[in-house]
Amino acid sequence: MGKLFGVVLAIITVVSAGFIVAHVWWMPVDISTIGPRIDRQLDETMLATGVLFLSSQLILAAFAWKFGDDKERKIKYFPGGGGPLIVFAIILVGMEILVLSFVGSKVWASIYMTPPEQGSLQVDVAAEQFAFNFRYPGPDGKFGTVHPERVRDGNGNFFGLDPENDVDARDDVIVGTLTVPLGQPVALTMHSKDMIHSFYVPELRIQQDIVPGLTIPLHFTATKVGKFEIVCTQLCGLGHYSMRSFLEVLPQDQFDQWLKSQSGD
Amino acid sequence: MSSPEPAVHHHGPPQSFIRKYIFSLDHKVIGKQYYGLALIAVLAGLILSWLMRIHLGWQAAAIPLLGKLSPTGAPGNVMTPDYYLSLMTMHATLMIFFVLTTAPFAAFGNYLLPIQVGAEDMAFPRFNMMSFWVTFVAFVVLILSFFVGDGPPLAGWTSYAPLSSVGGVAGPGQGTGQTLWAVSIAIFCIGQLLGSLNFITTTLDLRTKGMSLARMPLSTWGWFVTSVIALLAFAALLPACVLLILDRTAGTSFFSSAGLVVNDQVLPHSGGSPLLWQHLFWFFGHPEVYIAILPGFGIISTVLPAFARKRILSSRAVIGCMVSIGFLSYMVWGHHMFVSGMNPFSAVLFSLPTLIITIPATIMVLLWLGTLYGARMRYTASALFSVGFISVFITGGLSGFFLAQPSLDTYLHATYFVVAHFHFVMALAAMFGIFAGTYFWFPKMFGRMMNETLGKWHFWLTFIGVYCVFMPMHYLGLAGNVRRYAAFTDNYLAPLIPLHRFISISAFFVGAAQLIFFFNLFWSRFWGAKATDNPWEATTLEWSTTSPPPFDNFGGRHLVVYHGPEEYGVDSDTLEYVMQTAPEQIKTT
Repeated sequence: MGKLFGVVLAIITVVSAGFIVAHVWWMPVDISTIGPRIDRQLDETMLATGVLFLSSQLILAAFAWKFGDDKERKIKYFPGGGGPLIVFAIILVGMEILVLSFVGSKVWASIYMTPPEQGSLQVDVAAEQFAFNFRYPGPDGKFGTVHPERVRDGNGNFFGLDPENDVDARDDVIVGTLTVPLGQPVALTMHSKDMIHSFYVPELRIQQDIVPGLTIPLHFTATKVGKFEIVCTQLCGLGHYSMRSFLEVLPQDQFDQWLKSQSGD
Repeated sequence: MSSPEPAVHHHGPPQSFIRKYIFSLDHKVIGKQYYGLALIAVLAGLILSWLMRIHLGWQAAAIPLLGKLSPTGAPGNVMTPDYYLSLMTMHATLMIFFVLTTAPFAAFGNYLLPIQVGAEDMAFPRFNMMSFWVTFVAFVVLILSFFVGDGPPLAGWTSYAPLSSVGGVAGPGQGTGQTLWAVSIAIFCIGQLLGSLNFITTTLDLRTKGMSLARMPLSTWGWFVTSVIALLAFAALLPACVLLILDRTAGTSFFSSAGLVVNDQVLPHSGGSPLLWQHLFWFFGHPEVYIAILPGFGIISTVLPAFARKRILSSRAVIGCMVSIGFLSYMVWGHHMFVSGMNPFSAVLFSLPTLIITIPATIMVLLWLGTLYGARMRYTASALFSVGFISVFITGGLSGFFLAQPSLDTYLHATYFVVAHFHFVMALAAMFGIFAGTYFWFPKMFGRMMNETLGKWHFWLTFIGVYCVFMPMHYLGLAGNVRRYAAFTDNYLAPLIPLHRFISISAFFVGAAQLIFFFNLFWSRFWGAKATDNPWEATTLEWSTTSPPPFDNFGGRHLVVYHGPEEYGVDSDTLEYVMQTAPEQIKTT
């Protein structure tokens, strides 16, 4: 029975790892400046854990194969006892931890702990059950003030603006798709109207919860033109699965044209 | 620390049926009651997971009778998206609280801990009885939420505010159902607090003569460390649930911030923080993971040597690992919140202890592997589940390396990668521990052997099946598949649907394989072969008494312990193993 376990486990181990090595199901294309660093971090972690996965599972399989209930054989103890294994674990895993967390923290810090570059495109994001809305400041470069009690989904006042009394609000551009220029840093300020939502674009490799009552900053720079899905990843109610929008990356000139056409009407 | 006098017996044998089987003070009956409750809960949780997997594979599938259970949740027997979320919430709540906490910890711990330390009962038998019945009430309250007006809650087992805190305006299931959820969990906390107090006191005060802490079986160590964790963890969740109930029923705003707008109406809340709930919840929630898995560490470390016929490589190191994991489990709750909106600097601080936990976990795996080396392993069903435990624990532990790094969590958070991770490391490992323990101790608990052939079939189908179900979830997560989705309508998720169908079909098989276990359990209970007192030739105290043990565990004998718990493969005068109670000397070779 131990031999059978060894064989079955070895097959499971090799097949499981095979799908990873072959990238049968894998991350989508990366389209942001920090994407390559996250991908490298993931590859390195995959390599380290892959070696540990294969070696430990195959050793378990081999021991199960070899050390069954054989009355002829005398019981043997692991040479050197537990001490060397403990030291081995502390050194091996300890080194891995130090390397991964040193490199990983720098990647993390570059996304979440550095302010957006000067001159970033400012976009205000409002999340609600079950939609994202985006607001650009318009030609004046200023956002109008938000009044929660003025929010009306029916007439499209998703942000609760007061254009009659607030000059800054009059030229604000409010759209349902996040359109950004290629290669230019974008700084989002995110709010939620009701529940916790989350902003996730797999191609950007970024995910960030949007918590009601907080203003949450997030910045990125897109490196590829195209249209990508923005999905909600924080359970926000019955329509959670259907809450999505699009990120559209345009070349700078097309973006300028687009923004102008939006401000026009 | 061990008491020089044997434990005083607190109560005589009961006479009436009710005192004997229902409101019993006997820790053995209470342990079986917990096990029975876990069986009912796990069957319900399993059926819920089947329903979820049907829906995830085939959204339009009509499920017979589902419309009867919930006319609004499944009109025409087809599940609505919100009902899917409700079933998911109930699956997780049932499994985590009423199965993974009750079975390995409360059920086995109650039955075996007093016997393994040589006590006649728990330190506080009345608290013990209350502990079970309070838990039972919590279970009934949770099940009630299926039948209230707007159905069971859908906010997940984590019940993040404000979805959970603002009431019915948040959507279906967020009215009475969510309130019942919070009440149920608050009651459950009380039950577990009573139970863990009992475990701690019994371990420290009621050990028999010669049973030093170092001579305690590793399973007892597992339950002891778990009870310390549980005492601190449930003490944090209880007030959190009370505050949530107040937010929902008394108009307070602990977890709801100002300016929430739902259906164009500004809600009358101000001053609360949704992140406060997350901190309180995960301060409990992460240790809870170890409440589920630590008894498994102990069970495996006790079962493995008994079948390998040799000592574990270093039982002191295993104890040290369990204690340090318990200690570290209180420093890592923030790793559930890397992208929650808390200060990103704290993510770095929470990441490090999370990664450090892998050191004691790795040491334990190496010690188990080292124990298998050179063993004469008797591959019974229990032994198979023990080595299976090592395999699923390795797989689940390694995916933790990814999620512990904030810079990777930003991609993998809230994807199926996380679902794969916690099912392997917590759910599957704990279940394998429960199965290993059940096949091992069933003869002691019921005086009859379980059927080995059925047990082995159960193992093979389960072991291969769970890898087919949960390994592909890693691939889904790497492809960015978001969890807690009732349907996959996004363009980039469409190509993943065939993989979801494969998982669903595998899940039906794994679930069906569990019916073998249920059948074996009930058949063996009544018609299994009679068990001897020590069928596995094991050494700990429960094997020094009859199967099943008499009311006072040892028939009035006061045991004296002479040896450590795992003297296997020794050159003693008579046998190749030496019972803890045997006075004979062990020749060292």
